[in-house]
Amino acid sequence: MTPAAPLEARQVRPVGPLVIAIEDVAKLYQMGEETIHALRGVSLNIHRNEYLAIMGPSGSGKSTLMNMLGCLDTPTSGRYEFNGQDVAGMADDELADIRNREIGFVFQTFNLLARSDALRNVELPLIYAGIAPHLRHERARQVLENVGLGNRIHHKPNELSGGQRQRVAIARALVNRPSIILADEPTGNLDSKTGIEILALFEDLYEQGNTLIVVTHEESVARNARRIIRLHDGLIASDGPVN
Amino acid sequence: MGRILYELTESIRIAMAQIRANKMRSTLTALGVVIGIVAVTLMGTAIRGIDIGFNNSLAMLGEDVLHVEKWPWITGEDWWKYVNRPVIKPEEATRLSRIIDATPNSELELAVYVHGRGGSVKAGNLSVSGVYIFGTTGEYGRVLTADFTDGRMFNDAENDSARQVCVLGYDVAQALFPGRSSIGNTVMVQGQPFTVIGSLTKQGSFLGLFSFDSQMIMPLSAFRKYFGVRSGNPEIQVKVRDKTRMAQASDELTGDMRRVRGQLPGEPDNFTINTSDAFKEKLDPIKRGIALAGLFVTGLSLFVGAIGIMNITFVSVRERTKEIGTRKALGARRRTILLQFLIEAVSICVVGGTIGLALTYGLCMAVKAAMPAFPLQFSVSLIVVSMVVSVATGVLSGFIPAMGASRLDPVVALRYE
Ligand SMILES: Nc1ncnc2c1ncn2[C@@H]1O[C@H](COP(=O)(O)OP(=O)(O)OP(=O)(O)O)[C@@H](O)[C@H]1O
Ligand SMILES: [Mg+2]
Repeated sequence: MTPAAPLEARQVRPVGPLVIAIEDVAKLYQMGEETIHALRGVSLNIHRNEYLAIMGPSGSGKSTLMNMLGCLDTPTSGRYEFNGQDVAGMADDELADIRNREIGFVFQTFNLLARSDALRNVELPLIYAGIAPHLRHERARQVLENVGLGNRIHHKPNELSGGQRQRVAIARALVNRPSIILADEPTGNLDSKTGIEILALFEDLYEQGNTLIVVTHEESVARNARRIIRLHDGLIASDGPVN
Repeated sequence: MGRILYELTESIRIAMAQIRANKMRSTLTALGVVIGIVAVTLMGTAIRGIDIGFNNSLAMLGEDVLHVEKWPWITGEDWWKYVNRPVIKPEEATRLSRIIDATPNSELELAVYVHGRGGSVKAGNLSVSGVYIFGTTGEYGRVLTADFTDGRMFNDAENDSARQVCVLGYDVAQALFPGRSSIGNTVMVQGQPFTVIGSLTKQGSFLGLFSFDSQMIMPLSAFRKYFGVRSGNPEIQVKVRDKTRMAQASDELTGDMRRVRGQLPGEPDNFTINTSDAFKEKLDPIKRGIALAGLFVTGLSLFVGAIGIMNITFVSVRERTKEIGTRKALGARRRTILLQFLIEAVSICVVGGTIGLALTYGLCMAVKAAMPAFPLQFSVSLIVVSMVVSVATGVLSGFIPAMGASRLDPVVALRYE
């Protein structure tokens, strides 16, 4: 769908310090008698200011890995350190605080609150961070402006196009200045032209120094990243730079 | 600290939006709470109304008057204890008065003999029946709680000479002489003409049962002459100096009356001192009954309401499972989610409570307009009670579904369609 920009035209920024370190992580699901090995022993390091794509066929464990990286889920076994903190043994509320401060989520289905306008949606992580109202409004408005929605801040999701909704969601992911941004199939519900716009926005975010992890099953989307990890049957089949 | 506050305001905002978006559903769900609050507030207004009506009635009876009688006002199975007591006689009132005058620092002021019975009063072709007709002495003017609109009380001379004069209660005067003064006119009682020399202001009725305005006062001598000495109910009314010392006054009066009757020590009193307190005791079980019935209806409807609200909160949690997942992904803690759904349940209850309060208020106004005498009394404490009850119902019924929501696994919740 999206032709990646010519390789020579793209800058590869030097990576920063280590953000995520996972070692031999496994995730099992018990379905009655059967045990499903969604992840079988995955090891992975991700540094600040990387732009990473996770690929693989359906059922290979992409979403499972993503949930793990995003601290929505904890591994059945293995080690997970986020900014040097051991995440594997954390309680629910500690994980919630890590997600709030360190991780920005972008979903395939946008997941905006239908009854709240763009500004309110973007403010939500700031409410959970305990930021005072006037600071909150100001910061949310600023970020919406940065993603090109400065003139849409009081629109409800159903008054926005798909691409605009995803921009609101991206603004929401950015607003708390997280260490990483996780996007699961961010262009999956968009037409190809809008998809290209979103990927261009990701490119900008990368160039501004953000760390991006995008899950996709589309080669053309993955080629926008600087590094691609291919999963197969719960294991990393390959991990290398885009060439 | 700020965080809790911001989460709270956010939760309230979301709850309001949710109720606005589901007006019909929320209102129907709140119906149980509406009925419960109407029940509890109506009960409250009725009890308060009875209390106020009762206190007003006590004032009419004369809060500072003791009644020496053969019979207690409230009797039950024990009537046979009183039947052989001697009848109260006028001389006893005179002697009582003398003792009171001779007692230094007496709690009592004066004793007046009153002898009355029901009867009818006529004037021209108009007639009123069920009038409480009683004879007394001129001193009764000092015991009387009503004022004179017109005329005066008869004096001792008129009493001594059994003059056929009378004072009419407000209702009697209005019925017999509509729109004009009754003074100087003649009314017929027991076939005898009486000249009206005074009429009284309106006093109202005792608990809506017995009207103080349907009375006629005449000299005792005339009463005894035409009604006889045996019929009706004779008593001695004793005015007390300080109505906060009724118990002491009653004790003194008991001693005085025993002296008058020459009763021996150890002998039980052969008379009763009645006070308006006797009615209070009679009233308590009625109030308890109302409270119990109200409590039952309230409890039942609140229980039904609570189940409805629990159900609607479960529905709301299910409908918004994905939203819960999203909020958790964005950093909502368990407490945040719990609070959000609790506040939603409480908001529905508070809306229901407010509707219930408004209904009760309207009902009270309507009843007051239609029947001014009916004892209903709206008050601020009712508002407080209903709000507390509403909030408690919301918290209790919302807790289980809200707890479930707060414990949802974010991955599972996000996957929910
Ligand atoms: N909650 C769960 N309970 C049981 N099995 C699960 C659960 N979540 C995932 N799985 C299983 O784990 C495996 C990996 O699932 P996952 O969702 O990570 O795949 P995916 O790579 O994201 O696939 P897709 O491209 O279709 O989204 C699958 O076999 C799936 O059935
Ligand atoms: Mg997936």
